[in-house]
Amino acid sequence: MLATRALSLIGKRAISTSVCVRGGHGVAKVEDYTLPAYFDRRENPLPDICYVQDLSADQKSLKEKEKGSWAALSNEEKIALYRISFKQSFAEMNQGSSEWKSVVGGIFFFVGFTGLVVLWQRKYVYGPVPHTFDPEYKEKELQRMLDMRINPVEGFSAKWDYENKQWKK
Amino acid sequence: MSLQKPLMRGLLAKRLRFHLSIAFSISIAAAIAFKYTVTEPRKQAYADFYKQYDAVKEFKAMREAGIFESVRPSGE
Repeated sequence: MLATRALSLIGKRAISTSVCVRGGHGVAKVEDYTLPAYFDRRENPLPDICYVQDLSADQKSLKEKEKGSWAALSNEEKIALYRISFKQSFAEMNQGSSEWKSVVGGIFFFVGFTGLVVLWQRKYVYGPVPHTFDPEYKEKELQRMLDMRINPVEGFSAKWDYENKQWKK
Repeated sequence: MSLQKPLMRGLLAKRLRFHLSIAFSISIAAAIAFKYTVTEPRKQAYADFYKQYDAVKEFKAMREAGIFESVRPSGE
């Protein structure tokens, strides 16, 4: 590990085939997921490694030219250098997609399916409702609420005409 | 490819000035609207109700309906 740490200080490349010597017993293979990774993230603008790790001959010569004056680089060369270091620009990575339509459609579908399940439950699983739901019982409840003057100012009993024993028009 | 240098500073302040003014004005407008559509009519409704309220008459009516446990209807 010390060897890879020292090397990563000098270069910007990840050591993908590095060798870990552990206490003289042999070599441990370094897993990919333990190495620095590249990802395009708006909140993490400078990834740990460059996008292109293995440069072609053209790219290598471009990197040499980069060591000189940057004013000497043409616009295409600057873009090529950018694309070596980064996979997507901010504009590309931030662009929206139409995925939300599939998501909303899936939501509606599953809500509808749940509705069917609930209907089936109501018919085949639940037992009968209590006797307090019978219409006669409900009438008695309503009469008692009016007798008790529930919400007489703005609510329930306010809408009942006590003189004529009917709902107010 | 010489772009204008983008705005580097004061981004949060600008956003806060914009959104806070909107937030405050909408909240105050909502409070004023609630006051004059809900609380003032409600206060008036209660005032009107109690202007013509005869507590004894209401009590007698409720007693006859038989809802009280301490005072039964006059017939029993």
